[in-house]
Amino acid sequence: MMKTLGRHPGQRVLAVLGHRIGILMYLLFALFPLFWMVKISVTPAKLLYSEGVVLWPSASTWHSYVQVLTHTAFPTYFRNSVLVSLSTAALVTAIAASAGYSFSRFQFRGRSAVMFLLLVTQMFPLVMLIAPIYRMLAPLHLTDNLLGLVVVYTAFNAPFATFLMQSFFDEIPRDLEESAMIDGATRTMALRKVIIPLTLPGLGATLGFVFTAAWSELLFGLMLINTDSQKTFAVGLLTFVSKFSVDWGQMMAAAVLALVPAIGFFGFIQRYLVRGLTAGAVKG
Amino acid sequence: MSSALAAARATARPRRPKWRRASTIEPYLYLAPVLVLLALVMFAPLFLGLTYAFRNVQLFDPTENGWVGFQHFEELWTDDAFWHALSNTLWWTFGSLVLQFSGGFGLALLLNKKFGGRKLVQAVVFIPWAVPTFLSGLAWAWLFNPLIGPLSRWLMAVGLLAKPDNILADPDLAMYGPIIANVWFGIPFFAITLLAALHAIPQELYEAAAVDGASAWQRFTRLTLPFLAPTIAITVMLRTIWIATFADLIWVMTNGGPADSTQILATYIFSTAYSKLDFGYASAVAAVLLVLLMLYGVAVVRLRRSLLIS
Repeated sequence: MMKTLGRHPGQRVLAVLGHRIGILMYLLFALFPLFWMVKISVTPAKLLYSEGVVLWPSASTWHSYVQVLTHTAFPTYFRNSVLVSLSTAALVTAIAASAGYSFSRFQFRGRSAVMFLLLVTQMFPLVMLIAPIYRMLAPLHLTDNLLGLVVVYTAFNAPFATFLMQSFFDEIPRDLEESAMIDGATRTMALRKVIIPLTLPGLGATLGFVFTAAWSELLFGLMLINTDSQKTFAVGLLTFVSKFSVDWGQMMAAAVLALVPAIGFFGFIQRYLVRGLTAGAVKG
Repeated sequence: MSSALAAARATARPRRPKWRRASTIEPYLYLAPVLVLLALVMFAPLFLGLTYAFRNVQLFDPTENGWVGFQHFEELWTDDAFWHALSNTLWWTFGSLVLQFSGGFGLALLLNKKFGGRKLVQAVVFIPWAVPTFLSGLAWAWLFNPLIGPLSRWLMAVGLLAKPDNILADPDLAMYGPIIANVWFGIPFFAITLLAALHAIPQELYEAAAVDGASAWQRFTRLTLPFLAPTIAITVMLRTIWIATFADLIWVMTNGGPADSTQILATYIFSTAYSKLDFGYASAVAAVLLVLLMLYGVAVVRLRRSLLIS
């Protein structure tokens, strides 16, 4: 590369070496906490303390996983979380696609004001909505209820998803619809036959982003859900941790299980990360 | 389907694409679901919450619902926990931000070079971003726990700790725990956005600079940094607001303790509402946080403007 032009070969080797060491340190830093979780989850209970803190136990077991899946409420939590996250993702994607389409294809009075309104929702601290939302949902019997969570999460994720979908619509040339409509198609038909097929990757990416966001939400889940049968994974795991904080193997096994869908969806949306992070530009 | 097409064809006006004369109502129809939902689930509670700040709202005491004026704010003024949380918020936000940014920038620069397996490395180092925050918090809390985690022993080995104790239980050190977890979680955000900005810098500029004999450092400060400046400004500003209001990690790792040493305003709001069920007071703290964030936003915008002029 040009950057290394005019250096001694020794310096160049050193630069490459430093670069690789840097990369290696980032890799270790990123993976170590997750590795440790997996390690404890497969360590037999009796080796946990007797071997002290070692990088890998002398024997490993799936026992904790079996326990978690058969003797705890985690399968229920898992099901609840999947239900909530999938419904939220589907709902958000539908309404955000519609709103994003509007921003992308229409110039209308109040457009920038509406966009600003959507941006504002990304700025104010959601934690301040916890009390009023609780009081609003309680009389509607939407507290302690998965549907209530879906409604709340859908609203929280809609603005970001709208900007994301808008960016996907913006990529599709208007000529495509225009020519379809000149050929006599209505807007709805142009949308269905031309736009939606081209936006499928965008719809998928939005679905993935919202799923991961809903999957990891904790504070509103804690506040709104009380009954064990309605808990999401985040809420269930946290109550489990505070109640049974000695069963390390089971806690870590449960944590690893919660990690699986998140990582799965991450693989799925990886190529859209840049766009996702810049669309709303705020969602961590 | 084909008959629908025929019917559509019959009614269509071929020469004028429809969006040019689109009614003002049509775009709003597409926006309606999002707008209605936001009005009901975000803006209505926002305003309701602001009224709570001036009312006595206790969850299990429906009789106590009266207006109390500025009573909550007077209480706040003499509430040590509030002031403590305020200074903790600054320390938490600033500490996390500086480390996230420098870590993310470093990673972006490393990933901006071509090397074998770059795709895979990129996928792996960005994983922490995808890890749900409650798991990030738990994973790091477990690493700091001397019973099962290695960190306290390692910190002692390098001389940072006198005894292999849990730093999360030590009021003087506890804040470092969530900050480190936050850095772990937030590095990918900066790395991803800055890497995208780095890719956008034309390579010819670097080649020309190298031919002109610019050193690597000069190329970095005269070329890379000015090009990245807008991205850096906007991401840092947004991230500041985001971190300042980010309560999950602290709640999971320390609950704001020990002895309020990790309590930030966001966790103070949450614990006042969730544990004490005092919605009125929680909303007063939230109102203060909102005002502070708005002041920060205005300051940033003005600063930017004055920088642009000079």
